[in-house]
Amino acid sequence: MSLWTRVTNVFRRERLNSELEEELRSHLEEAVEQGRDPEAARQAFGSSLRMREESRDVKLVPWLESLVADAVFGCRQLLKNKAVSGAAILSLALAIGACTAAFRLVDAMLFRPMPVADAQRLFFLTYEYKDNERKVDTGDSYEYPGFRLMRDAVKGQAELMAISASGPQDITYGSDDDMEKATRQFVSGWMFGSFGLKPALGRLLTTSDDLKPGEHPVAVLSYDYWTRRFGRDSKVLGKKLRHGEYLYEIVGVAPEGFVGTETGSMTDFFIPTMMNAKAIDNPNWGWFRTWVRLKPGSDGEQVRQKLQASLHNFRREKVKNWPPGSPKVRIDEYVSAPVHLEQASAGVSGMQKNYRRPLMILGVVVGLVLLIACANVANLMTAQAAMRARELALRVSIGAGRLRLVQLVMMESVMLALLATALGGLFAWWSAPFVVSMINPPNNPARLMLAADWRVMGFGAALAMLVTVLFGLVPALRASGVKPVSALKGGDDPHSRRRLMNALVAAQVAFCFLVHFVTGLFVASFERMSNQPTGFTAERVLILETAAKGQPITAWEEVEQRLREQQGVESVARAGWALMSGNGWSNHVWANGHSPSSDAEPYFLDVSPGWLQTMKIPMIDGRDFRMEEADPAVAIVNEAFARRYFGGESPVGRSLETTRFKKRVRSDIVGYVKDARYRNMREAIRPTIYLPARSTDANDKLQAKDWGSFIVRTKGDDAAALAPSLRRAVKAARPEFRVSNVRTQTELVQNQTIRERLLAVLSAFFAAVALILAAVGLYGVLSYAVLQRRREIGIRRALGAQAGDVARRVTAEVFAMLIVGSAAGLGAGVACEQYIERLLYQVRATDLAMLTLPLLTIFAAALLAALPPVIRAVRIDPAAMLRAE
Amino acid sequence: MAKTDALQGSLDLLVLKVLSRRRGLHGYALMTAIQSISEDVLRVEEGSLYPALHRMEEAGWIKAEWVTKENGRRARAYELTAAGKKQLASEESRWHAVTQAVGRVLRMA
Repeated sequence: MSLWTRVTNVFRRERLNSELEEELRSHLEEAVEQGRDPEAARQAFGSSLRMREESRDVKLVPWLESLVADAVFGCRQLLKNKAVSGAAILSLALAIGACTAAFRLVDAMLFRPMPVADAQRLFFLTYEYKDNERKVDTGDSYEYPGFRLMRDAVKGQAELMAISASGPQDITYGSDDDMEKATRQFVSGWMFGSFGLKPALGRLLTTSDDLKPGEHPVAVLSYDYWTRRFGRDSKVLGKKLRHGEYLYEIVGVAPEGFVGTETGSMTDFFIPTMMNAKAIDNPNWGWFRTWVRLKPGSDGEQVRQKLQASLHNFRREKVKNWPPGSPKVRIDEYVSAPVHLEQASAGVSGMQKNYRRPLMILGVVVGLVLLIACANVANLMTAQAAMRARELALRVSIGAGRLRLVQLVMMESVMLALLATALGGLFAWWSAPFVVSMINPPNNPARLMLAADWRVMGFGAALAMLVTVLFGLVPALRASGVKPVSALKGGDDPHSRRRLMNALVAAQVAFCFLVHFVTGLFVASFERMSNQPTGFTAERVLILETAAKGQPITAWEEVEQRLREQQGVESVARAGWALMSGNGWSNHVWANGHSPSSDAEPYFLDVSPGWLQTMKIPMIDGRDFRMEEADPAVAIVNEAFARRYFGGESPVGRSLETTRFKKRVRSDIVGYVKDARYRNMREAIRPTIYLPARSTDANDKLQAKDWGSFIVRTKGDDAAALAPSLRRAVKAARPEFRVSNVRTQTELVQNQTIRERLLAVLSAFFAAVALILAAVGLYGVLSYAVLQRRREIGIRRALGAQAGDVARRVTAEVFAMLIVGSAAGLGAGVACEQYIERLLYQVRATDLAMLTLPLLTIFAAALLAALPPVIRAVRIDPAAMLRAE
Repeated sequence: MAKTDALQGSLDLLVLKVLSRRRGLHGYALMTAIQSISEDVLRVEEGSLYPALHRMEEAGWIKAEWVTKENGRRARAYELTAAGKKQLASEESRWHAVTQAVGRVLRMA
């Protein structure tokens, strides 16, 4: 009989039993027929039960059979305590689901290799620089002339590729009226070959598609976009796509699964770098990342050194053309910036950089929640095992081995873990995309490849095993150590179990404290950041980002006037871009004897007369611009500017100098306004200079403008409702004008705190879960303690103990654990501050409020959880109790 | 009768030997065969026989199939396999070695 039949026999036990039965019966009958006494014949068989057992054991794998029996028994046991097992499964499922979801996110964002050949040999080049607060940061934006030098420098050792970031762009397949958005990436023509990709349709870009600026209007679509936009129509080849100045021919579709290199966004179409024609020979235009594919056998460090030397050479030449007066420190830092090769197998994106730490922290938080849930279930199993001590003792007395008992109890844990993992999988299925949708602003959603493949399945399975061991093993070992004599007598050391449970409670409290502490920091950061005064009024303001190639400034003024006449409009102004839109422009400034230094340079923004009023930025001194005034004749400055350059006095009537067309020019300061946030919520408000929207060129002629933003303050509260009619009004006023994007100012402000909000919301959610789990755990332990000590309490009451004494006695241990756990959590929290410091805003981990708040929350929850068991303990009637015994 | 105990170790040998002579015996027939050949000296207990049969079946020395007897009752008939024949040979030689050894001790002591 093979092992396989023995294994299958386990599952057809009934049949096997009846066959054995039949053989024995047939034997008996025959014996009786031959004249044997029926009674004697039966006796000769001995115990028919044992007989069957022995005969059967050889026919099937005994341990497997016992396993199946235990599984069935475990199921029954779980079903018996429906409420308890339900709670255990749910809390475990939530924790496992959260962990799996976090894994899916972290994996998709940071680790999953792109579907390209030899992804582990892909790197991207970063350089160090000092940010405005003089902290070291890394940048990865390169200029094409420098790229050419670097590419030649490492020829033979590594292949360099220029790949731009991907972002939504205006494109059309017909007339300008049918503009739509698609995500674009400029790539070196040889990228597809280097990545070892094969076209799904047509052909991919090649080196010969990337030779001369502006001469290769060909595009490759991503498979995903081809499916979404064209329903996988093969007639898409040869179709023309208009984007910017060029009409691109679609020559092919990239293979399924490859959606560009920008993790967190999916590229819709790829075009050759040469099609960014104006940027190719411009040494000041950094617009792509430099990717490096090391040739087999070449040394990464050697390649890095060559690249660094080549970049330094390029920069040395470049700074010769910097405007006069640039501070020497800045030049030196720029020319000798260290260069690094960083792994790029999982793609590269700003989102990765932004979310690496937050995701890791969330991962740790959900890990802690999982530990809390495990501790809960472990406590539950321990308590249950205690109640089953007599049953287990009985099993031991009739000959069950220790291993057999471990198996019996573990089986229950396994069933729990399996059920929880299945449920948790469902939760992760739903929650991971939900979190992704919270990452970016709604009009530019983050898009991640959230595959549910063997990586995720493997993680889930490993997690299930881990938690089973975590919460199942100790109770199982304890249960198996039962001593029949003492257990049947009523137990010898009733406290040993409680000690284990108390330790688990302390651990739970420590984890819970840590989660709450971190959450408190994140929530406070988010709150402080979003309550930060912006200096302007964002409500009811609509931004119309508009493009109008080569239109004279008077045309812009005309459109502005037409918008002003629309219904529901309170006021209209123009600016180069909206505040908080992420754009920025800074330059050297000389004023009141100050020269440019290594301090953060002032921001500039060109605004029309009336812009200050539309944004509701209060004027302190001086006046607004007049219609006929043009840059660089006049300027308006903010408080930060006055503080740095004029010692906080009004600078109206004074002047400042800056550069235009590489020459120094002078502007008279005509206005002095309150501070307003320019770029984001995090940085300190910088000196800011507002310039007139009209500007003159080197020959004093008015300049035309290609793009700008109309800033509209509406009368009604719902600014966005006006968007369609305003779009139409722009078109009607001047057909050359095209509104490419409409956003509300409120949305722009909120976008600046998205990451902080995500962290705050998710950590608050998990903090709540952790608190509930810990409270349930505490309640369970206390109830168990009361149940176990009811005799003792009864006696104490009979001897005259007061209710207060009883309550203190019952809760003392647990509250001691609470204090121990909190202290441990506090230590861990303060220790981890350094790691999360960069994500915090105006809060410190050592703030008293940050430390006491979690403490109070946990103690309040503990009190609430302790109340019912304590009441039960106090209400124990000594007479009834003693009589029952 | 104390023989069963003394013969515990040789039950396999007996069963294999009987099956090597007569094919397709069922449990009861086997039992009576051993009893009658040994002229009532050796009596096999049912309680030992069946576990032994099933163990040997598991080891692959014998195989069984259900047959219908003339009286319409079903019975499991056992038969020696190739492996069983080998096993029988080695058990037989072991038995002879042991009995000779015991005989020598009885004679010399």
